[in-house]
Amino acid sequence: MVAITTELRRQLSVKRSSDRAGLVFRSLLVFSLLIAFAILVAVLLTAVTRAWPILSERPLDFLTSKSSQDPSRAGVWQGIQGSVMLAAITAGVAFPIGIGAAIYLEEYAGDTRFARFTEVVVRNLAGVPSIVYGLLGLAIFVGNLGGLTGGRSVIAGGLTLACLVLPIVIITTQEALRAVPGELAQAGYGIGATQWEVIRSVVLPAAAPGILTGTVLSIARAAGEAAPILVVGALTGVFQTGTMSFLEQMQGFFTALPMQIFAFTKQPSEIWGAHAAGASVAILLVVIALNSVAIYVRARLDRNLRK
Amino acid sequence: MTSTKPEIDSMVGFEDARSVVTQAAGQEPAAAAPATDRAPVFEARDVSVYYSDFRAVTNVDLTINDNEITAFIGPSGCGKSTMLRTFNRMNDLIEGARMVGSLTYHGIDLYSDDVDPVAVRRRIGMVFQKPNPFPKSIYDNIAFGPRLAGTDENMDDIVERSLRGAGLWEEVKDRLKTSALGLSGGQQQRLCIARATAVNPDVLLMDEPCSALDPIATGRIEELMLEMKKDYTIVIVTHNMQQAARVSDRTAFFTAELDPNTDQRTGLLVEYDLTTTIFSQPADERTENYITGRFG
Ligand SMILES: Nc1ncnc2c1ncn2[C@@H]1O[C@H](COP(=O)(O)OP(=O)(O)OP(=O)(O)O)[C@@H](O)[C@H]1O
Ligand SMILES: [Mg+2]
Repeated sequence: MVAITTELRRQLSVKRSSDRAGLVFRSLLVFSLLIAFAILVAVLLTAVTRAWPILSERPLDFLTSKSSQDPSRAGVWQGIQGSVMLAAITAGVAFPIGIGAAIYLEEYAGDTRFARFTEVVVRNLAGVPSIVYGLLGLAIFVGNLGGLTGGRSVIAGGLTLACLVLPIVIITTQEALRAVPGELAQAGYGIGATQWEVIRSVVLPAAAPGILTGTVLSIARAAGEAAPILVVGALTGVFQTGTMSFLEQMQGFFTALPMQIFAFTKQPSEIWGAHAAGASVAILLVVIALNSVAIYVRARLDRNLRK
Repeated sequence: MTSTKPEIDSMVGFEDARSVVTQAAGQEPAAAAPATDRAPVFEARDVSVYYSDFRAVTNVDLTINDNEITAFIGPSGCGKSTMLRTFNRMNDLIEGARMVGSLTYHGIDLYSDDVDPVAVRRRIGMVFQKPNPFPKSIYDNIAFGPRLAGTDENMDDIVERSLRGAGLWEEVKDRLKTSALGLSGGQQQRLCIARATAVNPDVLLMDEPCSALDPIATGRIEELMLEMKKDYTIVIVTHNMQQAARVSDRTAFFTAELDPNTDQRTGLLVEYDLTTTIFSQPADERTENYITGRFG
């Protein structure tokens, strides 16, 4: 009896059954997480320390001043405006078209040859380098449609970025739709809902949080792109918006934060380094603001769905 | 200690298949046997169902009567769900699925071109194997169907009536606005039954509605079905022989057999009769083997 108990105790003892491989694996996972975290901290620290001369002296003034030849007066207001407008146009164009296309592909198209072909095309488009979209934008939105967009304008830039994120919006939306359990749609049909009613009242609400997260991430990504809008013609120099109307602004010269960073780093004088870093901080703020909105809306949707 | 005893007893009772079956079989005919003059709701004549080229069920002849509970039993893969789904045209949603033969609902050809499957499903509700409430509030789950169909009745009244009908009202009346996903499995399934009845259907199709539930929740749903047959015609698929014996008026036994021509297993209806007959004197040997557990 005692012998059995001792043996059992030995078998159950922590040391014997401790899972060494699991421990190693877990340490590796934590290590990966630490690296990701370290990179994030490094990015933030570099940006903030380099921008310190400006951030410590005139943080608000820097954000709200227009561009200028004078380093002590130059700010990134036009860049912020440009970036926000670009993001708005991109979202306004890419979201409805992309979400609509994804709903069609997932819910209506079925398994036809056309649907499969479209699917492959979309996936490949998602991998096309952004500068290629810039060339497309230059040819179509600046060239062919220049009369409407005003040429090298924020509209042309926004449309170009919309093309860039469209495949990503389609793919993430498709994935979110696919993640909705089939039983929910079945339940809807079982009560006598039409296909459209099932999509509108069952599938889309259930997929909304996923769609939102994916699409807003894609916009945040696009807001940081420099290459395509550089090709389409965002300005890197100084310009005045003065007393232009809204339409004139939309069709006129524009700049954006990534362009300004690019411009600042090209300046020969050392002083402008702080401006480049300051503009980086500004772009981080814009992206964080966008993501916060997405996270907030997602949390609200989630709460409504499973309170 | 003593208070839990009856519960355990009743669970043991559920486990005892033989006693339930013999009990049901021994019931006096007046109680269990349905009147023969009940109106037919569904009449299936020579119905076969295909998934593309695969014939899942073949040559089914079956009449389902008003205000009765009809049980479909049989081994896995014999086409019970397939057959059930033909009654409200849920198979239409499966690509490649098609039905041949004739299936009428109150004398109307269900598969005629001028019949709208959506309208069919409003009258013929369905409850699924896995409880599938929408990720919405309890209230919105029930209101879903009536809102789509459009109704003059006060929505609060519909919700209360449906939940009462499913025996769920007392349990949830104070949390109607909370998520349906917070309910237990058995409550969720009763919610799904309430949701299906909220549009005032005439038939309820239930595909293994209790297979994800414990014996107590199962017992509640069975009671509910017996109560609901006053207002509805119910067709239930079940793997639980005792359940078929306990609740149904008629039982259809399906099985799947190898078709030597196509080398495929095709489902067929072996025997359809009063439940008491099926469980006491089945006419077919295959039925007897299945219900006595000697199925091979
Ligand atoms: N959507 C489908 N596509 C193709 N074949 C299917 C489909 N659904 C069912 N089948 C086939 O049809 C046959 C009958 O299936 P069904 O689901 O009706 O059986 P069942 O009697 O309900 O089985 P179970 O008791 O396991 O639920 C099976 O051979 C199955 O593989
Ligand atoms: Mg089944």
